[in-house]
Formats: sequence, C-alpha cells, structure tokens
Amino acid sequence: MSAPLPLVGILGERSSLAIALVIGLAFGTALERAGLGSARKLAGQFYLTDFAVLKVMFSAIITAMLGLFWLGRLGVLDLAQVYVPETFLVPQLAGGVIFGAGFVLAGLCPGTSCVAAASGRIDGAMTMLGMFAGVLATGAWFGPIAGFAQRTALGVRRLPDVVHVSYGTTIFAVVAAALGAFYIAERIERRARHEVGT
Amino acid sequence: MSRPAQPYADPYFAGVGLGLVLLGAFVLVGRGLGASGAFASAASEVATVVAPAQAAKSPYFARYLADGVPPWRDWLVVELLGVAIGGGVSAWLAGRMRRTVERGPRLSGRTRLAFAFAGGGTMGLGAVLARGCTSGQALTGGALLSLGSWVFICAAFAAAYAVAPLLRRLWT
Repeated sequence: MSAPLPLVGILGERSSLAIALVIGLAFGTALERAGLGSARKLAGQFYLTDFAVLKVMFSAIITAMLGLFWLGRLGVLDLAQVYVPETFLVPQLAGGVIFGAGFVLAGLCPGTSCVAAASGRIDGAMTMLGMFAGVLATGAWFGPIAGFAQRTALGVRRLPDVVHVSYGTTIFAVVAAALGAFYIAERIERRARHEVGT
Repeated sequence: MSRPAQPYADPYFAGVGLGLVLLGAFVLVGRGLGASGAFASAASEVATVVAPAQAAKSPYFARYLADGVPPWRDWLVVELLGVAIGGGVSAWLAGRMRRTVERGPRLSGRTRLAFAFAGGGTMGLGAVLARGCTSGQALTGGALLSLGSWVFICAAFAAAYAVAPLLRRLWT
C-alpha cells in the first residue's frame, strides 16, 4: 500500500495555488513574529548580539526534518515524492559565499526582505528591488557563467549517502549539532548583555 | 500606528512554528518553501516583455519560461505574495507597522538604502548560482539533508562572518 501523502498528483492548479497562498501567509507570519522582518535584528546575528536567525532557522530545520522522518517511517508520507534540490557542489559553494556577503550588506535575505517591506521598512523594499535587479542582470548576461553554474552536478545527493550512515543517525547528528549551536548562542548572548550592562 | 509594539515571539517557538509550516508544504504539495525562485520567475517575465530576443537567448530565463506558466500562476510567486500579506498583517496586529528605514546609528537613510540595494543585487547573483536562497536551499534543502544545501548554509554563514567586521560601520 502506498502512502497517502503528499497530495501532488491529486491537486489541480487552483487548489495548489490556494495552498501556496496559505503556506505563504503562515511563512510570513512566522518570520514576522520572530522579528526577522527587522534588518537591525538580523544584523545582530553577524555582530554576535542577537542569534534569532540561527535559533529560528535551526529550530525550523530540525522540526521539519524530524517530521519528514517520522511521517515517512509511519507510512503516511511517501518521501520519494518530495522534491529534493539537486546538488551542484562548486556553484553552490560560490553562490553561498556571494549570498552571505550580500546578506550582511542588506541585513535581510530575500524572504525576510518581503516581510520587512510589508511592515513598512523601506530598506526591505530596496533589498527586494536589488534582488530583482540582481537576478535580472545575472539572467540577462548568463552566458559567461552558464558553464560554471553546471559544474560538479551530482544530482540528488543527501548527507546520509555521502557519509555512509543511516538516515536516523544523520538526523540525530544534526539535532545534536543544533542543540550545541543553541547552547553556544545563548552563552554569547548572555555575555553581550552583560557588556551592555543590562 | 501609534500603538506600542508588542515584543517579538520566542525565537525557538517561532522556529518550531516555521518548521511546521515547512513540513506542511512537504506534506501537502511535496515541495518546500522558496523566495528567490519567485524573483527569478518575475525577472524572466519582465525580460521577455522588455527584450524578448535577448531573453529567449538566455538559458537561465529559458528555464523559467519553458513551462509556459505566467508568473501570477507560479507557485512560488503566489507563496511569496502570501509571505508579504502574512508579514504585513502580523506586523499590523502586533503594532509593529512602521514606515521607517532600519539602519545602524552612524548611517544616513540614503546610504542605508544604497547598501540594501547593493546587498539585494549581490544576493541575486548568489542565489542564481546556488539555485536558491535562505528559504529554498537553507530551510528546505537543509531539512531534506541535501548535500548542496548544507554546503550553501556553511558557505553563506562563513562568508557573512568574514565580511561582517569590514562592514561594522553599517550596523554599529
């Protein structure tokens, strides 16, 4: 018997887009509630005063990761039908480096810039405009980097396949790493508060 | 507008909530969240309208135009529209709606906006190469344990920490 979820094959375009809107609403709400629509708060991540970015991101990753694992194991979700981004090792390494630099310059990432703009922050709207211009320019002059962008194409490659351990062990290691990171973040934040004298 | 702003939610609590939203996307439609893909879809459309000949020659735009779906019916564009509406309503309900330019204490508003634009443009290039951003790669690919996504996460954080001391003037 095959697992009943995801609903990919059953949904028509209209219901799929309705779900997109609802999921977007919840996504935007979660980001805003966490304070990630504020560039000043996000920048705290890189100046070691406020680790909201790390805490929100890794709590979200481990929640979804554990959910996927258990729903798959219980036979509710067919993991083979969930789209996994393909790996292009070197372009993703280079893209990550460039993206990280842009993240500090803007103080926002593409998703959070929308929340910032929607809550009145004009720097959020400018980040969106820059993002749009950047994608447009890169797409228009894609020729010189097209070859590079296709290099080291490894297809769908997941961490358990790379380090040759089970799915469960990998998940355990990621949860342990996240908890370790949370502990360190809390300690650094506490020290930063002491220095400010509050 | 003049109501006092409520404090933000606990980041771990908000993070678990965000994780459940991501899980909901996997379970319902078999895909995760995204943001930069919506920009790519919109840029492809604009390029086609403004310079059809050049847009058709770009293998990058071709990827987004091949499916023949106009951007207003693109899954990620609709999702990101939801993000903006959800973020805006949430901020309004919490008294956090402010027409302002968030910036460091030593920066003029104009300079801050220039850096925001430059940062956005830089992230645009990075997201094209990485095939996604903090949403599509870090959150989505991270939860799916994709190798390339974890390489992206590590590279982005390492670069951000390497660059941050040089840009201290922006935020402190």
